[in-house]
Order: sequence, then C-alpha cells, then structure tokens
Amino acid sequence: MLRMLDGFRFRRGDSVIHRLDPRIKGLYAIVMMVAAMLYSEFYAMVFLALLPIPLVFLARVRKEWLRSLKGSAFFASFIFLINLITGYLYAGLVLTSETIFYSLSMTLRFIILMESFSLFFLTTIPDDLSLALEKIGIPHDFCFAFTSAIRFVPDLALEIQSIMDAQKSRGLELEKGSFMERVRNYIPILVPMLIRSFQRSLELAEAMESRAYGAQKKRTSLYELKMTRSDYIALGLILLFLFTIVSLRFFIPPS
Amino acid sequence: MIKVENVYYSYPNGFEALKGVSLEIHKGEFVTIMGENGAGKTTLVKLFNGLLKPSKGVVTVDGIRTVDASVATLARKVGFVFQNPDHQLFCETVKEEVAFALRNMGFQKDVIEKRVEWALNLLDIAKYREASPFTLSGGERKRVALASVLAFDPDYLILDEPTIGQDYSQKERLRHLVLQLNQQGKTIIIVTHDVEFVAECKPRIILMSKGKILAQGPAKEVLPKADILSRASLLMPQITQLFQMLSDLGLPGNVLDEYEAWEVLKGLGGIRLA
Amino acid sequence: MPHVEVKNLSYSYGEGEEKVLKDISFEISRGEFVLLTGPSGCGKTTLCRCFNGLIPHFYGGKMDGEVSVAGLRVLDHQIHEMATVVGFVFQNPENQLFALTVERDVAFGLENLGLPKEEISKRVNWALKIVGMEGFRFAAPFELSGGQQQRVAIASVLAMQPEVIVLDEPTSFLDPATALNIFQILKRLNEDLRMTIILVEHRLELASAFIDRILLMNEGSIVLDGDPRSILSQEESRLLGIGIPKVVRLFKMLRKEGFPLESFPLTPSEGAMAIRRLVKGYDQG
Repeated sequence: MLRMLDGFRFRRGDSVIHRLDPRIKGLYAIVMMVAAMLYSEFYAMVFLALLPIPLVFLARVRKEWLRSLKGSAFFASFIFLINLITGYLYAGLVLTSETIFYSLSMTLRFIILMESFSLFFLTTIPDDLSLALEKIGIPHDFCFAFTSAIRFVPDLALEIQSIMDAQKSRGLELEKGSFMERVRNYIPILVPMLIRSFQRSLELAEAMESRAYGAQKKRTSLYELKMTRSDYIALGLILLFLFTIVSLRFFIPPS
Repeated sequence: MIKVENVYYSYPNGFEALKGVSLEIHKGEFVTIMGENGAGKTTLVKLFNGLLKPSKGVVTVDGIRTVDASVATLARKVGFVFQNPDHQLFCETVKEEVAFALRNMGFQKDVIEKRVEWALNLLDIAKYREASPFTLSGGERKRVALASVLAFDPDYLILDEPTIGQDYSQKERLRHLVLQLNQQGKTIIIVTHDVEFVAECKPRIILMSKGKILAQGPAKEVLPKADILSRASLLMPQITQLFQMLSDLGLPGNVLDEYEAWEVLKGLGGIRLA
Repeated sequence: MPHVEVKNLSYSYGEGEEKVLKDISFEISRGEFVLLTGPSGCGKTTLCRCFNGLIPHFYGGKMDGEVSVAGLRVLDHQIHEMATVVGFVFQNPENQLFALTVERDVAFGLENLGLPKEEISKRVNWALKIVGMEGFRFAAPFELSGGQQQRVAIASVLAMQPEVIVLDEPTSFLDPATALNIFQILKRLNEDLRMTIILVEHRLELASAFIDRILLMNEGSIVLDGDPRSILSQEESRLLGIGIPKVVRLFKMLRKEGFPLESFPLTPSEGAMAIRRLVKGYDQG
C-alpha cells in the first residue's frame, strides 16, 4: 500500500508539464476533481479517467504514474465492492446492470482523483510547490514545514529501518504473537522514533536560527514563480474545459 | 565460524552494495572491517545476523545458512551494537534496557537479574541502574547499548563505528574491553574507519571499497599499503607515514605505533645522543 | 580590538543547576585558526554555542559574563543578527540541510536576510565554487555523501559572508581522507579570506597541522591555551585523556631519553625531518 505513495514523489524531469507553473498544475488537479464530482455517468467517468493519459506521456512519468495506480488498486476494489453490495441490497437483493455501472463509476471517480493529483505531485518540485503556496498567501512557516516534511521522508524511512534492525538484533520479533502482543512489540520502535524526531527537530531549529531564520518578515527568494506563455495557454485550456463541463451539466442534468 | 561465499547484495532500490564478497571469520578472531563511507561495510555485517539475506551467494554462521534461520535465532549468537544508541533506547530504566534482549530470548528471571548486574558492572554503569537512559550523556548511552548486547553473551560481537564522537580515554576503555572480551574467547568484529584506533588494536583487517574486498590480512600487512588505503579513503597511521618517509635510512615501513617506533629507533645504531 | 572576546563567562542550563562553564576568559584575534578541544563533557559544545547566540537566546539558562564576536555583544543581539557575522557548522551533516537541492540550501540564509535575487545568485555561485560543489547544484541532500553534505553546509554558512566560522566536530561521521579535505578547505578560508575559525575536534592527528592555537578545556574551564606544539607536548594534556597525535608521543619518548629537540613535530613529515637531523652523519646544510 505504501507503493501508492511512490506515485506521488517528485521525479526530476524537463518536460513541458514539469516546466508549468505549479499553480496551473494544481488548478488542473482541482478542476479534474470538480469534473469527477459533477458527473457520475459511466461513459463520462471513463472519458475523464483517460484524459490525463496523453499528459502522462508528455511528462514522461508513465512508470511512476502506473505504480501509483497499482498501489491504489486495493482502495479502488474496496470502493467497488462497497458500492456493489450497497446497490445490491438497495435494489432488493438483485444485481442490476445499473448497480454495476454505478459502482464502476464510483471506482473511476476515485481513480480520477488519484491520477490527477499523482500527475501534479510527480511533476512539481516540492520547493516550487512551497513557493506557489507562499504566492497564494500561505505564511512561510507553513510552507517551510511542508517542504521539510518532504525533504526528511527518505531520512525518516532509513531511520525507522535502522531502529527496527537494532531491536530485531535484540531478539524482538515483530511478526509473532497475539494481536495485543504485536501492538506492544511496536513500542520499542515507536519510542526511539519519537525521540529521534524530537532530537532532529531541535537540531534543525538550531541550524535554522544560526542561518538567520526570522531576520526579515519578508523573505526574498532565489527563484521566483513567473507565469510564462505556456502557463497562460494551459490556463486557458483548463478554464475552457471547466466552462465546457459545467455548461454541459446544465444541458444534460444528472439522470 | 562465519563464512561468506561469493555474496552479492542489492538493495530494493537497485543499488548493488556487495559485489562478490568472500571471507571467513573464525571463532575467537579479532577482525576490523574498514573502508570509505558507502563501501558496503555495514551491509556486510548485517548479513552476519540475518538482518539482510544475500541476493546471491551464501552466508553461514556456525554451519547454519542465514537464509534458513530467523534474525531472532541468529541474534542469540551474533550480537550487534549499532552506531547510534538512540536507535535502541526506549525503556524507563537502564536496568530494563539491558534486560530487554534477555527477556526476548527467553532467559529465566534469576538469570536475567544476574546477567544484567554483570553487564552493568562490566561497563561501569551500575550506578545508573534505576536512571532513565535518556538522562545520560552520549558516551554513557553508548555503554548502555553495549551492555544490553553483552548481557546475552553472544559468541560473536559486532560493533558498528563505535569510536565516532568518542574522546581518547573513551576509546582506550573500549579498546581494553574489546581485547579483554577477545581474550575470553569472543569473536570481535568492528566496523570502523578510525585508523589510529585500529593501529593500536592490531586486529586482522578486511579492507573494502565499492562493494568489494580490496585486501585482507594482519594490521601490520594492510595498514602500510598507502595506495590501497587511499582507494578506501583512508590514511596510514601517523607513525607508519613517518617511517615510510625514512625508508632511505633503512627503516622498516610497517611500524604502526610509537612503542614499536621507539624500539626500532633505539636499535638503529648511530643516533646522536644528547 | 579582539575579534572574539570572552570575559568571565559562566553558564548553567537552568536555575540551580551545576555550572557547565566556569568563569572563562580569553581573546581571539582576527584571522586566527583556533582548535577547541577537551575530554567529553568538558563544555566545548556549550562554549561554541555562546559565540553565535544559541546560548542564551535559544537554550535559555543563566549566562554571566561577557561574550562579544566581531564587535557585537551576544547578549544584546538576536541570533539572526549574530548570524551576519558568525556562521555555525554542526556535527551532523543531515540535519543542517533543509532544502531539496544544494543550491537552495546555500541560498537559504541569504533568503532569510532578504537579499535581492541577483545578490543571492552571485553569492551562491561563489560559495559553491570555494568548496568545490558547483557540479552538485541540483543534487538533493540524500544523494550526497557525508563529506559532500558537510561541504554544502560550509558553503551555506560561507554565503552569508561571516567574519567568524564556528564548527562543532564537523568531521565526526567522515572517513579520514574526507576529514582531511574539510580541514584543507577551512585552512583556505582562513588564509585566503582571513576568516577567524573556531574548530571543535577530537581528531587531533588530522587537525593539528592546520591550526594556530589550541584552547584545551576540562570540566567547564580553560586549562591550557597556546600554540599546538607546546600544548600537545605537555604532560597535563596527556593526563586529560585527549588524543595526542602519535608523532608527538613518539618525540616525547625520544626527548625523555635525552634526544635534543628544538620543537615538537606535529606531522609525519615534520617528524621525518627531525629524525634525519638526529641521525649521525646526516648533513643538514
């Protein structure tokens, strides 16, 4: 299941999509989400689900993108089953084609959300993302916390592995025992992890202060986000798409 | 005996950390595994207690293949002290910390008490028995970690970079302890890049770089080889460097410490006296 | 005026707690390369945090006495003000690199200071060049080795163009050849840029060739202060349990046996020269 997260990690690249302003890409993901919510007809959902595919190829992140879809297969099947069972019960213990198509649509809705946001995260440098957040008004402290979290994920993962190795070398068996025993066996993992996190936060804070964090209310930046022509074109396309799906909804009300 | 036969190891992300490593460590030996950061030293020793299983090749500990045994079983024989004690400390008292492994391994209560006391005394931390490990200094926490492994009396003891951040007297204490344990029959395996420390211990050295073994042999043979050491990002001990600069005077190039240096210089006829 | 001035400095971490620093006084002139060392727990880590204001502003506690760096009194200035004149490099390379690329990490301090974009860019290029990491501009921290990470840390401090750089055991996690490289970079900063360097270290055999002066601490006080050769050859140093370089130890043994030595060699090459002088019939010319 953690593989699902793999599809959200930034991959360095230099495609047209990578170079787009993160605000545009964020807008794309949100608009796709709106579209997925507005519609529930099966064919509309299939269309929306297939829509990002050319973009994925353009961004050359096919492998990672597929990985995130594979990872979300578990949740997707869960959603399908729940909807199937509910529809079955609701229709009076009968499995209608309506139910099946509806369940598929709901599953696709989830998948559309996953793939849109996956594409966004795969093609956006977290630093740029934090710049974008700052530009739309979120205080720098929060943006910094956000990028720090991302920056330290690999280190944290290594540390957890190290802690597990150390405790396993002292005879701790994580796979054995009753449910309660197994929960208790995670204490020797959690306590060092928490302590290490505090230690790390302290060291980070020390280092940040030592580099004049907080000197100026208004920080400057080495990089600035500037909208280019491709950004405006993409913005135009996205707004056009949004307009289309909303008006279409007016003329074809939900069945 | 720990036997490593043509072992390859690749991490899940694809990085090949070990490329065809073969070695033997016999019972009662004192071995140091040296090399640059990233050479594969820690990866190698993690194969000894089963934390990692080889991608290719075989690792056996006392005749048992590590792939056939659980980490818990191997850990009983192969004690591993990790570099950062904060990766294992979690108990409310030092006493409990030292007892942790013993409880996991199913020792009897009275045996646990005795062994804990023994380990605490050996590492000179008995006075911290009821203290929280988190209130101790860095050096003291390292000793708690070491005590918690020695408590279950493993045949093989692996120490991963034990000298980092330690001052000289702490290193001396460690050296004496390790030599004492070795004399009592324990097999000692130390992963380190501290050349001066190794020059004082004079163990057998296994020198690694980029996933392969560059050289193996007694300290006196390996440490004087400057070009091989530099491939592993290491420098020769100071005294060895000094003597090699004087090779034209007929001085031997494999002197490791100042005591031996003094003996050699004494024997060198013709040094002008005061 | 001394570059770093410490007068009757005492410090304890909390009310009623034992003093970690006890009435310390010394001065450092501009451009000195000073080694601060002593057995574990002597207070060297605490002392170096007094230079940039982490003590008392970050850690609190009770500080008595005076500390001034580059004319700024530590008690009167916030840490971010002190950061413009004194830079700090920490022991663990990982936890002082925050950004996702090397370039942005080096820029971090300058962004905090609110410098214009062009100035930031210029200084980032300059700092990366000095430590030899221009080729790694877009690398992520976890892709770098420990030595490379520390070089980036030095660059990010350097970019702020301080007058003093304090380093707290920067080579602990590094192998010997990499550690030597770091000291060489520091020496260049010291000589070419006239930076005052305060280095806390245990590995004396590697560091002693580069430094001008040693401050030896024990139990919160400065017990010895002077040039490396005299400090390292004194019996008191050995008794404190610090790592006297083996070359020095050898020559102490030689001197005890009556060999004439003008001064103590610190490095193998100095030692080799000294032995040649001692060997009968060798003509020094």
